Amino acid sequence: MSKDNIGLNLEYEVLRNDFTKAGEASSNIKKILTQLGINSSIIRRIAIATYEAEMNIAIHSLGGCITVNVTPKEINIVALDNGPGIEDIELAMQEGYSTAPNSVRELGFGAGMGLSNMKRCSDKFKITSQKGKNTRVNMIIYI
Amino acid sequence: MNKYFHSVVLEEEKCNGCTNCLRRCPIEAIRVKDKKATIIKERCIDCGECIRVCPYHAQKSITDDLEMLNNFEFNIAIPSMPLYGQFDVGTDMDKVYQGIKDLGFDYIYDEARAADIVAEVFKEMVKDSSFQRPIISALCPAIVRLIQVRFPSLIDNIARVESPMEVAARLAKKEVIEKFGISLQKIGIFYLTQCPAKVTSIRKPIGISESHLNGAISITKLYGHIIKNAKKIQNNETFQKGSPLGVGWARVGGQSYAIGVENYIAVDGIENVINVLEEIELGKLNNLDFFEGLACTGGCVGGPLNVENPFIAKSRIRKLSKIKSKAKKINKNYVKMLQDEGYIGWTENIYPKGIMTLDDDMKVALEKIEKIKEIAGLLPGLDCGSCGSPTCTALAEDIVRGFGNLEDCVFRMKENMKKR
Ligand SMILES: Nc1ncnc2c1ncn2[C@@H]1O[C@H](COP(=O)(O)OP(=O)(O)O)[C@@H](O)[C@H]1O
Ligand code: SF4
Ligand SMILES: [Mg+2]
Repeated sequence: MSKDNIGLNLEYEVLRNDFTKAGEASSNIKKILTQLGINSSIIRRIAIATYEAEMNIAIHSLGGCITVNVTPKEINIVALDNGPGIEDIELAMQEGYSTAPNSVRELGFGAGMGLSNMKRCSDKFKITSQKGKNTRVNMIIYI
Repeated sequence: MNKYFHSVVLEEEKCNGCTNCLRRCPIEAIRVKDKKATIIKERCIDCGECIRVCPYHAQKSITDDLEMLNNFEFNIAIPSMPLYGQFDVGTDMDKVYQGIKDLGFDYIYDEARAADIVAEVFKEMVKDSSFQRPIISALCPAIVRLIQVRFPSLIDNIARVESPMEVAARLAKKEVIEKFGISLQKIGIFYLTQCPAKVTSIRKPIGISESHLNGAISITKLYGHIIKNAKKIQNNETFQKGSPLGVGWARVGGQSYAIGVENYIAVDGIENVINVLEEIELGKLNNLDFFEGLACTGGCVGGPLNVENPFIAKSRIRKLSKIKSKAKKINKNYVKMLQDEGYIGWTENIYPKGIMTLDDDMKVALEKIEKIKEIAGLLPGLDCGSCGSPTCTALAEDIVRGFGNLEDCVFRMKENMKKR
């Protein structure tokens, strides 16, 4: 086991457009963090961050995967999808900016607050993407 | 006093070990071991789901008896709001209240009167943007305990306002002392209850250090007596009663209607409440002003100690709550004074209940979670309940917590037998 792999590793597959299953990662992580006895406001931040990451993969990407590494010091979340990538990250990060189609907005998603919420909930936030390739969001939250 | 008093208890002799209650418990607090159900006391929130689903009536609610009245010189009854829904619309509630009084009470204080006062407090809160949104009503103690166990991050959203039951008890005492000059120690106050969770709240209050009530008697126990008495009544007193809006609190949505808040969500049924609390916890309802969540179907009219069918009772309450009120408006300054004198607010903080935590040492807890994952992988994932735990994951957790064996799973047992 490599050094940064110490602790618990969790993995969740997120399918494109699957709104019934999206949300599972966040509620499962919430349960586990509760069993670990972590402070409830930290759990809430992690739940929100994971949920928004899941929704973005389901809504905006071709599908992907969320991995979570839990150690007594921090929670490290990686949301990685299979494309199509984001052209202008700075624009995407702006509050209220969204390319979500109407069909998705009708379900109550697409307020354009997801990425900024994720950033606000994390202690460290990093998004990397390339148009035509994929998007990777890395969030670290200290316990 | 018992550290974990619960009104909801199980009568072992009646339990035949079926698993109806097992999967209905919203916080996985029930296990069936050796053909008998048991309730994990640390977890139980007294919502009464198990009482409702038990076909053998083995789950029940402990309430007090009328004999308790002998302990006091002066007894006050607080009829709960859903009592209105137990009788046909048009029933003379004065006769009903006289019937209650004739059971041995000296004074009646209608809970709906207190609801009218609490509604005024909420009206001001909703106007005040400094309260965290959504403001969550604390009317239903099962929901408050649910939040402590499953949604601790929402504790700060709970309105620190007592329920009408408790406010009624305080105001009733004040009224009786002023009217009759009786000393406080001689007064007994009893809630006529539809609700096991409220019975628990009298013994183990949330948000206050001590309840002002001395006990609770279930509506189920008294219903027959009340009817019998009411039929005989020739002359009855006229009792002061709550407004139609106050009575309306007995059904889901009634609080919001009484407060007059537009931007609210009212949810009944504990599973539904859990689903909406999940959404609130994800920050999706930060713009909502008011949330009323009630464990029982229809709201308190669905409380397990009622007699009438919840839907019928709810329909009656709705009609009653829409009658044009002749009552005069409650004076704002009066409410303010009650607040200042401590009649209404909570005095104690409430805290998360870390009962789901696997170990205080996080490293150990992490190891246990790995174990749970590993064991869960050996189980079939059918959640059949035959092992006595509500789900396969719950069995895996029980094993790691030291309360179960892999062989409790019937599928594992079969496989083992084949191997032999
Ligand atoms: N995983 C992703 N793949 C492609 N585009 C994305 C991804 N995540 C976010 N985006 C883009 O960034 C925009 C803003 O995202 P976000 O702040 O979560 O708001 P919303 O999801 O409500 O649109 C999205 O509308 C989308 O154009
Ligand atoms: S909904 Fe009413 S009757 Fe049911 S548990 Fe809550 S307070 Fe009690
Ligand atoms: Mg989004």
